[in-house]
Amino acid sequence: MSKYLLDKFLFTVDRDPELVERYREDPVGTVSWWEAERANTILSCTDQERSTWLAFTEEERQALREHDHVALFQMGAHPFLTLTLFIAIFERDHGPLEYQKAYGAAMRHISLPYPDIAT
Amino acid sequence: MATVAAVIASTHHPFYYRASTSAGADRPPFADTWVAKVEAFRETLTRAEPDVLVMVGSDHFHQLWLDNMPQFLVGKAPFFDANFHNEEREFGLPRMTLRGQEDLAAHLLRSGLDADFDLAFSNELRIDHSITCPIITLRPQADLPIVPIYTNIFAPPLPQPKRFVQLGRAIREMVESWPEDKRVAIIGTGHLSLELGGPRQFGEHGPDPEFDRKAVEWIAGGDIEGCLAEVTLDSLHRPGNATHGFMDFMLMMGVAGEGAKADHVDTLDLFHTMEAYFTWYPNGAPA
Repeated sequence: MSKYLLDKFLFTVDRDPELVERYREDPVGTVSWWEAERANTILSCTDQERSTWLAFTEEERQALREHDHVALFQMGAHPFLTLTLFIAIFERDHGPLEYQKAYGAAMRHISLPYPDIAT
Repeated sequence: MATVAAVIASTHHPFYYRASTSAGADRPPFADTWVAKVEAFRETLTRAEPDVLVMVGSDHFHQLWLDNMPQFLVGKAPFFDANFHNEEREFGLPRMTLRGQEDLAAHLLRSGLDADFDLAFSNELRIDHSITCPIITLRPQADLPIVPIYTNIFAPPLPQPKRFVQLGRAIREMVESWPEDKRVAIIGTGHLSLELGGPRQFGEHGPDPEFDRKAVEWIAGGDIEGCLAEVTLDSLHRPGNATHGFMDFMLMMGVAGEGAKADHVDTLDLFHTMEAYFTWYPNGAPA
């Protein structure tokens, strides 16, 4: 399990407007491409100096492919990253605050303590 | 020697800019009250006639990332560009450039390291809404040089609450030992109870009004001891999953000092979270 890699996906997609659109339109393709091409890029290093060991578990891949924010929360992905990216993707399809409220309501069965987000 | 002209602590609400600048049907019903409170709060800084602002905030995974995460970081640069694409996208925040006060940053780094705070530094820091929100609310003309200080309230493992208080006390002492005849305002922003990306987010009020009531009392009365007796890294999960941002308020209580009663206290109960504004004048209220 790699909470860090889930967070890295959410972080690097969120900051790139083209990737946000690509992840909205084609989540399955975007997750596969990102894992193959970007997962091992060290953000402050050149592309020649990549990591060699980062990969998603099948469960993580699935949660990202399905835009499943509840599963991501339960896996300990950083809630701020998930929320920010998912607002960028889905808020436009809803009325004011409607998406944010539904996002919380979908998790109302989850009680404290929440999953640990430490990486 | 420098004078601490004001100590200011507040929440930072990224929606304020849009709420306060919107008009007609887009203007939320609470906007006028909110603007009136913020303008009264702004006056507390204006009256202090500061030359320089030390600004405590926390990067929200904008420039600082998990491959290289500092706990406390001082920005030392001649300029700081501000706000990021996703803050523009979600909150409509404008891009800004603020001047830096490099000699004060160097002084804080040297004296902080010598006082056993292993401060990280950045010579090219783009600052986010934790620092630009108080610029927008308190000094919208954005004309004063700043020293940004970032804390990690966001990516665990986090420093203990008492460490935030200790750093606040040290910042106060270090600013007062800066050998320049300048008036420095120390401004920090955090949160009261807050939930982001969890089941309790975006409710009618903040997720834990009882915590908020107590927190405002601790801050307004300078009750550091009472606050430290109740607040732990574990306990902060209960009021809401983003409530660790309260530790930046604790840092500012350290700046203000034990038992220091705030000269200005105001709150505004909004959906999602409570706003809170505090100002102390350590050397007496300006005329």
